Amino acid sequence: MSHPGRVHNPSRYVVPSLDEVLSFTGSAVAEAAQSLIPSASETLIDRSVARMASSYDYDDASLDSRYPRPPSAGQGSAGTDQGYDPNFVPDSVKTFVVHLYRHIREKNVYEIHQMYDGSFQRLSDRMFRECPWPSVEAIAPYVDNDHVFCLLYREMWFRHLYARLSPTGRQRVESWDNYCSLFSVVLHGVVNMQLPNQWLWDMVDEFVYQFQSYCQYRAKLKNKTEEELQLLRQYDQAWNVYGVLNYLQALVEKSAITDVLEREKEGLEQFTATDGYDYEGGTSNVLKMLGYYSMIGLLRVHCLLGDYHTGLKCLAPIDISQQGVYNVVIGSHISTIYHYGFANLMLRRYVEAIREFNKILLYILKYKQYHQKSPQYDQILKKNEQMYALLAICLSLCPQNNLVEENVNSQLRDKYNEKMTKMLRYDDEAYAVYDELFTYACPKFITPSAPVLEEPLTNYNQDAYRLQLKLFLYEVKQQQLLSGVRSFLKLYSTISIGKLAAYMEVDEPTLRTILMTYKHKMHAIDGDGKIIPNADVDFYISENL
Amino acid sequence: MGREQQQVSYTVEQLVSVNPYNPDIVSDLENYVNEQVSSQTYSLEANLCLLRLYQFEPGRMSIPIVVQILIKALMAMPASDFSLCLFLIPEQVQMEEQFKTLIVLSHYLETARFRQFWDEAAKSRSILEVVPGFEQAIQAYAIHVLSLTYQKVPRPVLAEAINIEGLSLDKFIEHHVANSGWALEKSHGRSQLIVLPRNEFNHPELKKHTADGVPFEHVTRVFPILS
Repeated sequence: MSHPGRVHNPSRYVVPSLDEVLSFTGSAVAEAAQSLIPSASETLIDRSVARMASSYDYDDASLDSRYPRPPSAGQGSAGTDQGYDPNFVPDSVKTFVVHLYRHIREKNVYEIHQMYDGSFQRLSDRMFRECPWPSVEAIAPYVDNDHVFCLLYREMWFRHLYARLSPTGRQRVESWDNYCSLFSVVLHGVVNMQLPNQWLWDMVDEFVYQFQSYCQYRAKLKNKTEEELQLLRQYDQAWNVYGVLNYLQALVEKSAITDVLEREKEGLEQFTATDGYDYEGGTSNVLKMLGYYSMIGLLRVHCLLGDYHTGLKCLAPIDISQQGVYNVVIGSHISTIYHYGFANLMLRRYVEAIREFNKILLYILKYKQYHQKSPQYDQILKKNEQMYALLAICLSLCPQNNLVEENVNSQLRDKYNEKMTKMLRYDDEAYAVYDELFTYACPKFITPSAPVLEEPLTNYNQDAYRLQLKLFLYEVKQQQLLSGVRSFLKLYSTISIGKLAAYMEVDEPTLRTILMTYKHKMHAIDGDGKIIPNADVDFYISENL
Repeated sequence: MGREQQQVSYTVEQLVSVNPYNPDIVSDLENYVNEQVSSQTYSLEANLCLLRLYQFEPGRMSIPIVVQILIKALMAMPASDFSLCLFLIPEQVQMEEQFKTLIVLSHYLETARFRQFWDEAAKSRSILEVVPGFEQAIQAYAIHVLSLTYQKVPRPVLAEAINIEGLSLDKFIEHHVANSGWALEKSHGRSQLIVLPRNEFNHPELKKHTADGVPFEHVTRVFPILS
C-alpha cells in the first residue's frame, strides 16, 4: 500500500515527508559541492557587489528608472522559428549562459539581475516566442556541466514553457522533479550563491503556480488520452500536496527565517535593511530568501485549499504593517496583500481587508507606470483589477468608505459604482453581482486529493471553487436585511422598536433578531479573541424612555 | 492518568505546529478530538489540521469525528470557526443529514433566531448530546449577543435566548447577579428587566477612541413602545 509522504522506492519522483526533506542524502550534496562553491580567493568581498549596494538597492531598479538597460546581449541567430531542435544552441544563448554562469560564480548580483530580468526576456521575445529554449543538455558543456547552474537553467526553461506554450503531462512531471532537486540542494545548505530577490521570488511563486495548474490539469479527466491517464497513474507522486507543503515548510524551517525576523526586531540582526543580501560576508542569500518567500507561498497554498486561518498563521512572522522585504519585489508585495486581504474577507474581518486593499491599490496607482516594461506588468494589472472587485465586495458588506483613499475611491466608483449599488439591495440581482465579482477575483481553488482514475471519468476541477462560492454567498444571504437596518438607523438618533419594525415591515420579535444579527455580524472576533467592531453606524437598545 | 493525558495533548499541539503535513498523525488528531470532547477543551488548530488531512485523503475521513469537530466549532461562537471548518469539507459530504442539521443550527445562531435554534436542537438531541458542555456554550454565546445589543433586556427575551424558564431561570439570573455583574430592575410593566454590565458596545459613550479604531459616525438609541 503506497503511503504518500513516505519514500517507498528510489523512483525519481519521490514525495518527501518533512523528515526526508530535511535529512541528509549523500549524492545530491556531493554533486552540489562541486558547483558554484567559491575557491578560497573568491570568498573575499566581491567588490562590485559592495559598490552597488552602497548606492542603492538594485531590486528597486524597476521603480527607479535611473538604471540604464544594458545593450542587447544577443546577436539574433535565426532558424528557431521552424521546427524546434532542442540541441541547437544559437550564439546569443551561448553568450547568455556563459555570462550568467560567470556572474553567478562571481556573485555579481546586479549583473545577474540584468540578465535574468532583461536579457532573458529579450531573447525569449526575439527567438523563443513559440518554442522552448535549447535543452539543458545542449547548454551544459558551456557551463562546465555545473549541476546547480543546470537546475537553475531548467527552472527558467520550464517557467518559459508554461508562460508561452502549453506544457504536456510529462513536462509537468519533469518540472516537479527539477524543483525537488533544486530545493533539495538548497536545503542541504551547500549552495553558496547570491541571487536577485526577483529570481528567488519567481521560483517560489512559479512552484505554487505550477502546483495549482497541475491540480486543475489532473482534475479534468474527461478528455484525457489513454497515454495521459497512464502518465497520471505512473507518476502519482508528482505535485503531491504533501510534497509541495513539506518543501515550503522545510525551506521556512531550514532557513530559520522566523528566528532571523525575531532577532531583527530586537536589533540583533540585519535583514530588511539589506533586503536579505549579505554585502559584507558574501554568504548565500538563497536559502534565507527562499525561506522568507515560502511563508508567502504557504499563505497562497492554504488559500487555494480554503484554509484561511492557517494561511494567515503562516504569514504571521511577516509584519505587513511595516515596510519589509516582502514589498521589495512588487510581485511578492501584491501576492502577499491579495491573499492576506482575501483570507480576511472570508474570515469576515472586512475592515482589515479594506485597509490593506486600499493601501496596495494606492501604491499600484502611483507606481505602476514604472513597471510598464516589466514582464510582470500584465500580472500586476490583473491583480489590480481583482483587488478592486474584492474591495467592492468588502465595502458592500461593510460600508466604511472613509477608510478608502480618495483616488482609490474614484477608481473604484469608475469601475464598480453600478454594481455596488446593486449589491446593497440584497435581492436576486444582488446575489448575481456578488457571484460575478467573487468568481472574477477569487484564487483558483484546488482539489488536493489524488484523482480517481476509473470510470466514469469526470471533470471536477470546479468543485473546490463552487464550494467556496456557495459558502460565501451563504454568508451574504445571512447579512441580507442588515443594510436596511443601517439606512434606517442613520436617519434616527432615537427610535422605538415598534416604529422601526413597521418601517422594515417585520414584526417585533423578528426585528429583535435582526438587530442582534446586526450586532453579531458587525463585531468580528480576531485571532486573540478580541471583539473588533466593523460598523460605522451602531445602536443600543435601552428599555428606558 | 492525568499527567499522561497532559503529555499526549502537548505532543499533538507540537505536531500540528511543527510537522502538520503528515498523514501519519491522523489517528493522533482523531484521538485528540475525542479528548477535547470528553475533557471540554478545544483546539481549532488541531481540528483544522485534521480536516485538511481528510481533504488530502478523503478515504480516511471519519464522519463521526467531523460531526464532533463541527459541534465543538459551534460552541466556539461568536468566533467563525464553524464556517472555517465548512470551507474544508467537500460539498457532497455536507449533504449528509447530520451535517445539514448542524448547518441549519449554525444558521439560526448566526442570525440570532434563538427560539428556532432551541426547537431544532431539541429535535437533534441525539447528535448533540455526545458533546458535553454544548448547552452552556450556546447560552454563553446568546448572552454575548444580548450584551452587545441591550443595556437592559426584558426577562422573556433572555428566557428565549438561553432556553431557560421559571425557577431555573431565577437561579440562573441569581448566579449571574452574584458573579457577572448583572442587576435586576423592575420595569414599568410586568416583566423583570435584567441590567447587563456596561461595555463599549451597549454604551457607546464608553467607546475608546483609538487611532486604529473604526470611525464612529452615528449611534441610535432604540427603545420599545409601552403597551
